[in-house]
Amino acid sequence: MGCASALQMAEGGMKPIVLDQGDIGQGASGVNAGTLSLQIKRVKLMPYAIRGHQEWESMGDDVGFKKTGGYTLAFTDHEAELLHERMSLKAEAGAPIEFVSNSVLREAEPNLADRVVAASYCAEDGYANSSLTGQFYRARLKQQGVQYRENFKLLSVEACNDGYVIRSANTAVKAKKLLFSAGAWLKSLSALMGVELPVRARINTVSITERLPMLTRSVIGHATGLLTLKQKANGTLLIGGGWQGHGTPEQGRGQIDTDSLRSNLALARHVLPAIKDARILRSWTGFEANVPDFYPLAGKLPGYEDVFVLGCVRGGYTIGPYIGKLMGDYILERTTELPLFDPGRDFPEAVT
Amino acid sequence: MITDIDIAIIGAGPAGCNAALIAAEYNLSVVMLDEQASPGGQVWREKSRAILNAPRTPESVAGGLIRNAISQSNVSHLGGVRVWHIERSEDAFVIHYENAGVSCFLNCRSLVIATGAREYVQPIPGWTLPGVLGMAAATSIFKQDLIPIGSKMVVSGTGPLVFFVAAEQQRLGGKISAVVTSNTFLDWMKALPAMLFRPRLLFRGLRWIIALYVNRIPVYWGHTVTRVEGKSSVSRVEFKKIRKDWTPQGEPKFIDCDCVSMGSGLIPAFEPFQLVGISLEHNSDLGGWVPKQELDGRTNVDGCFICGDGAGIRGSLAAETHGKLAGLSAVAFLGAKISHPIEKLRREHAKATSFGEAMSKLSIPRPGLTKLTTAQTVVCRCEGVTRAEIEEEISLGAQSTISVKSGVRAGMGLCGGKFCQTAITDLIAKAKSCPVNEIVPPTARPPLRPVSVNTLAGDFNYSDLPISKPAPL
Repeated sequence: MGCASALQMAEGGMKPIVLDQGDIGQGASGVNAGTLSLQIKRVKLMPYAIRGHQEWESMGDDVGFKKTGGYTLAFTDHEAELLHERMSLKAEAGAPIEFVSNSVLREAEPNLADRVVAASYCAEDGYANSSLTGQFYRARLKQQGVQYRENFKLLSVEACNDGYVIRSANTAVKAKKLLFSAGAWLKSLSALMGVELPVRARINTVSITERLPMLTRSVIGHATGLLTLKQKANGTLLIGGGWQGHGTPEQGRGQIDTDSLRSNLALARHVLPAIKDARILRSWTGFEANVPDFYPLAGKLPGYEDVFVLGCVRGGYTIGPYIGKLMGDYILERTTELPLFDPGRDFPEAVT
Repeated sequence: MITDIDIAIIGAGPAGCNAALIAAEYNLSVVMLDEQASPGGQVWREKSRAILNAPRTPESVAGGLIRNAISQSNVSHLGGVRVWHIERSEDAFVIHYENAGVSCFLNCRSLVIATGAREYVQPIPGWTLPGVLGMAAATSIFKQDLIPIGSKMVVSGTGPLVFFVAAEQQRLGGKISAVVTSNTFLDWMKALPAMLFRPRLLFRGLRWIIALYVNRIPVYWGHTVTRVEGKSSVSRVEFKKIRKDWTPQGEPKFIDCDCVSMGSGLIPAFEPFQLVGISLEHNSDLGGWVPKQELDGRTNVDGCFICGDGAGIRGSLAAETHGKLAGLSAVAFLGAKISHPIEKLRREHAKATSFGEAMSKLSIPRPGLTKLTTAQTVVCRCEGVTRAEIEEEISLGAQSTISVKSGVRAGMGLCGGKFCQTAITDLIAKAKSCPVNEIVPPTARPPLRPVSVNTLAGDFNYSDLPISKPAPL
């Protein structure tokens, strides 16, 4: 998101610099499962998600974009009810989601478990390769002449007469305006400015198998949202679904929880039984930031006119490149195509 | 199934076995987990059970003694299992391991990691051809199956292992076409003072070398194999003289052969340390990235101790004493009073270490070594990524092992980067003109070895799935 904003600002004539504590695109956007599915987006965010999909499609091969279509499956009557209720609302919000019969599903995806009670389909769904996020944006920044510093361990931010000085151990960067787009690290970053944002982090688990014969062509989800499954062109299968690991952003990159992993893989095997003997090569976690109302933070940092915040998008990988552009426009003082989300709004009491 | 124990030891080589044996003397529950069916590790690997009798070797004798000692001790030996993850909880460690296709776990109050080293092979053109194997890999086959490899072998590499492989291949009835070693006679002379403390080992090494000369097998000191040739398998190798910094120079020479055993020294297998949270530091003398360590195998993680070659390449003799010391550290951590003479053990360990370090010094990579990897050489074998592809990614801005891995998949395959990360680290450091210790290895992620979905998922009823509240609409 930070990169997308920076590119937009550069396009609008500003001179941005991107600072990252690690490598570009290696936070949430580099370690998530890469699912681009309108079926798992929030109703109110659908217009943003649809435009997000268009952004990814235009990035194309450079980010491993594939529009495969996606199915969401229900295995019990209760799940079927849930699926109908949720997908109908998402369809009303503009996502081209339809319900499909078992025979249509079986024809398209013969390897799926045959116990499916109900299924929805969205032709717009697909995936991109999140590993390539860093490579892609690094190249775009270079191409647009936007400076960036990786491995920049921020120590302090100080106000000066016409902006801010941001210091690491051995460098100082001066800027008129600041944009914080540090995902799960937004909380500690805003705290430096004396602002407490109610940012929490989910610790999502993702696993990948060895290369397998082709078993599925679509992105597969589950009515509860607890599974995403897709097979890449190289045969590896990515398994996600937001199962929770351990750790905090301050402590590092998080660790998997073995109970979560077991359930996650059991659900994947339930949906696609042929993966039972496939070997898992890696399981990892990534932080997905959110605030109590699960809507984005996108606007001015409360109490500041020249410090901006962008994050906690809920579906941030899908929507990121688009909302990043909006943020760029906002900082450029242009009218944004869709409204942003004031970080200074009131939040409900934190309930997870 | 045992689930709550005092001390768990991962690895049953010289370090792990000695740690287990000494800890078991203190009336504590000790479990030793190991990938192999029998204790012994790589150096004392047991012969296949299908072979009833075989001539004794120093390794088989020492291995027999330790296996006997373990079986008569209170150590619970869990053989043939694979540890795939280690978690820390409040006051314990949880070890997850695969046993006959089932994922099991045990909780231990203290943990000793003795998982040893792996072999580093500097990628050269043709190193992925069938018929090329590591030197440590060759010794595994010799020890376990007691058969020679191929019909005409070239051995190429550094340190004493070159001569051990050549000697074993001949003892088992195989042929050696040539021995090529980057070390010079002078390198060995420099190691002599440390070897004098171990006269039996010195004598044994000399016998290996003399046997080569007696059998008129060419030994090329100060040379290295630069290319392996062959259509579908090895047919010959190209080799060259090297300069002092190991840069190949001069006219290529060739030897016909059908297999090549090559190695560039051992490196600690550090992934288990990363999982537990032990910091790493770079130390070329000890094999590259090694866990930070304090006296007697202590680490920055309370209750977790390390020993053996995994803690830094010091050889099997030092692994034994290191194992004893780390075992006692674990015992002391649990509050028992130590009755063994620690000072004496430390002195023995220091002596064994100076020998081991003199040996591993012979394998410390020199700058010219990386020049063996040409632009078109495959560096990441699992994903088929060449040096040129990795260098291009670096030049486009990938400045860390994680970025290179993400960008070109080098290290994302079955081995998880265990084979290629050393070479990749060198390439990044070279491109950035920075010391190699600034290029940290990627984050370790479980499983430590590939494990099947069935093993990890276990038995499962759909209705038992812990379904949380659906995401907000």
